[in-house]
Amino acid sequence: MLARIGVGSLAELFADVPANLRSRAELKLPPALDERSLLRFFGSHAAENANVQATASFLGGGAYHHFIPAAVDALSSRGEFMTAYTPYQAEISQGTLQMIFEFQTLICQLTGLEVANASLYDGASAVAEASLMAARVTRRTRVAVSAGLHPNWLEVLRTYGAGIGLELVTLPLDATGRTSFESLPADCAAVVVQSPNFFGCIEDLGAATKAAHAAGALSIAATAEALSLALLKSPGELGCDIACGDAQSFGLPISFGGPYAGFLAARERFVRQMPGRLIGESVDSADERAFVMTLTTREQHIRREKATSNICTNQGLCALRVTIWLALFGRRGLRRLAEINVAMAAYAKKALTRAGLTLPYSTPVFNELTVEVPNLTQKLARARAAGMQPGVPLSRFDASHPNRLLVCATEMNTRAQIDALARELSS
Amino acid sequence: MTAPGPGRSGLVFREPLLFESSRPGRAGVPIDAPDVPPVDVTRELGAELIRDDVPDFPELGELDVVRHFTRLSQWNYGIDSGFFPLGSCTMKYNPKVNEIVARLPGLAAVHPLSDEADLQGVLALACELEAALAEISGLDRVTLQPAAGAQGEFVGVKMIEAYHRARGDRGRTRVLIPDTAHGTNPASAALNGLEVVEVKSGDGGIVHPEALARLCDERTAALMLTNPNTLGLFESHVEKLADVVHAAGGLVYLDGANMNALLGVAKPGHMGVDVMHFNLHKTFSTPHGGGGPGSGPVAVKNALAPFLPTPVIRREGDRYRLDDEFPHSIGRVHAWYGNAGIWLRALAYIRTLGAAGLTDVTSRAALNANYILESLRDSYDAPHARRVMHECVLTDKRQHDHGVTTADIAKRLMDYGYHPPTIYFPLVVAGALMIEPTECESQETLDGFIETMRAIAREAETQPDLVTGAPTRPIVRRLDEVRAARKPRLRWTRGGPERG
Repeated sequence: MLARIGVGSLAELFADVPANLRSRAELKLPPALDERSLLRFFGSHAAENANVQATASFLGGGAYHHFIPAAVDALSSRGEFMTAYTPYQAEISQGTLQMIFEFQTLICQLTGLEVANASLYDGASAVAEASLMAARVTRRTRVAVSAGLHPNWLEVLRTYGAGIGLELVTLPLDATGRTSFESLPADCAAVVVQSPNFFGCIEDLGAATKAAHAAGALSIAATAEALSLALLKSPGELGCDIACGDAQSFGLPISFGGPYAGFLAARERFVRQMPGRLIGESVDSADERAFVMTLTTREQHIRREKATSNICTNQGLCALRVTIWLALFGRRGLRRLAEINVAMAAYAKKALTRAGLTLPYSTPVFNELTVEVPNLTQKLARARAAGMQPGVPLSRFDASHPNRLLVCATEMNTRAQIDALARELSS
Repeated sequence: MTAPGPGRSGLVFREPLLFESSRPGRAGVPIDAPDVPPVDVTRELGAELIRDDVPDFPELGELDVVRHFTRLSQWNYGIDSGFFPLGSCTMKYNPKVNEIVARLPGLAAVHPLSDEADLQGVLALACELEAALAEISGLDRVTLQPAAGAQGEFVGVKMIEAYHRARGDRGRTRVLIPDTAHGTNPASAALNGLEVVEVKSGDGGIVHPEALARLCDERTAALMLTNPNTLGLFESHVEKLADVVHAAGGLVYLDGANMNALLGVAKPGHMGVDVMHFNLHKTFSTPHGGGGPGSGPVAVKNALAPFLPTPVIRREGDRYRLDDEFPHSIGRVHAWYGNAGIWLRALAYIRTLGAAGLTDVTSRAALNANYILESLRDSYDAPHARRVMHECVLTDKRQHDHGVTTADIAKRLMDYGYHPPTIYFPLVVAGALMIEPTECESQETLDGFIETMRAIAREAETQPDLVTGAPTRPIVRRLDEVRAARKPRLRWTRGGPERG
């Protein structure tokens, strides 16, 4: 091979790299590991972490522990899906393309909206992209954000918005735990409300839409717990213009926070302002149905600095897992799973109040609730010592409520675990 | 027909959409009743909150679902299927053991809001990867937070902007970007509210310091450079380019898409680069997944460290903690700590290869790219006479006379069982065919591809219809993209297209 190239050594291939830039010393990295040693190395580090399968976990707050049927791993592991590229060459990417078309359809059905993209990085960037989209549609730069939006998502929105000078205004929660729209400014691009909100409360998205539209703003619904969409009135039905969030609940392992799948759906009239990839139906030259990337003139590889977003990838493999997971649970299974989650949270609510704890908010919840626990730090230590991950202390996000705990109960929890949690948190 | 290449007719099934196969009452997953008392959700939440059934949501059995996705997968072409010489995408083999690593319950079932004491293992792994990427790049600090290369670019440019602002240097509103750059570069600059100025590449396909100097002034925030560039050429004036930008007060950003050409051979930090991103799904073998998830860590010099996105992982003795107290940080860009499941795979790749293995990756990538280039110069036009690094660019100039274009050549490759190269990119080369073989391929595989490309060049002369009529063997023939865009149908609805 060297002879055909006309060089005498591999080093000569790098003649264009100036000599003073060429590394003389070998990289300082730990020694190479064979497969057996590699698994031992990662296995020993993995054993140092607590995981939600081995502990009684009540952690939620934007990353939810749900059941993943065996077929999801089996099918999504197929090399033809996993090792394929972005489907630019449609003729040999029909598997990915049809799957994403199905994903887009499922997201439209769940959100009650008309167009959905092929996915975004995560729920946080989906909220940010939705807000930037609303700013383009309305040509306004102020966004009103509910205090119930996930605090990390808010931070990401702030980071994304800074570049184009997006100004964020906070809408406070009322005493029941729902967003109050009284202070909504008149010149907003969008009103962003998460439901269920970060504290577990199911918001009144209809009221959000009414307030938004009265101010000439778009109504954006955000969802961190996508399973709730199977049971609660959809953003589309409640008049929202954009629905976005994270589909992690649908078959994506918690995996220390990623990779997940952000989703974004909207009214059809806004389609040309949407960020990210869109798959459309077309035909091939023999008039057979086929799918293809479409409306790409919105995207960076065509429009460069004039694109609607800089996003290049989507979360293809995650969207595949979501599509398989949703297809397996199907119409009845999904609803039933959502109802089980409501039952688990209802039982947790009862058990915790029976244990003498108070719930600061009266608004109905889906599978997550805020509870006030006197001497929380001490109780958390006790629960952790008993092998539990007892929930998310909200002081991590807001120091003004040092004793509030966010407790999530899904179909992965048991009655005995909830009883034990109530015992450990009670005085 | 005796044709070169591995392609033969496959066993290919028809497969309707999930919604079209749906049958009322069918279910894929049995669900036991929970051991807590059942609730009436209407009473529990209030009727005004509850939706009706999700209309037309699919109902399928487990076997229906398994066959559906198995058949769809068979319509795809992956690295596991065959040679995938897609330029600038680094379609290398994705080792299977990395999938096992990412699925260890002690990693895949770890919650990002667990107590720090319960996260020591995964934080240690994150720190180890950060250190490895710092060493490979010759830079000081690394964040794993960006979810993909484009988000890494956004973060890097934002940090540069924050750096200038922190110094009271407020007029730096321009980002200089060569005409060979990926589209994400200008889009990421624009997302930061900055103006894009294009730098024309000069003789030999690279950027010349004099051309750059004419564009540099007190408005220059940064140069975004890809090195080697998308022609596969090393920007050999890189040090001078960096000097020019630095002298004007700007910083140098490196798009690390082509890092497969530099592992162990040269370090961006030694070339005057201040900030760069990695594409772990390219250089470090994590699966492309049909378009993501990626992972785009950013490495910086110490001068930029105060601006890193929060949180930052700190090592204190033998403990690790997540630090949010960072007054100059650009803020958070990801809900959590990036695509952990992806960056863990990349660490597994680095640990498998070690220093010598990584350097070998780059040598073999360059060997394979130059072997293809030299083997195909006779049949195809090559815009530059130079040697290349990890990828090469050919064009359709000679085939044009016969009415055969780059798109035709790409589609004809499908008939022979190959994924086509990247086409019509970089934009500065008319009819570009950008070929990146990666280090993973054997000489036999390369020879098979070369033979096929030569056969297509002959067909273009003697039987051009075969090429312009391609492909005939995949599940579908050429797509009508115009129709898709004119009457967009972006979801299935009962009763067919809503419009027209």
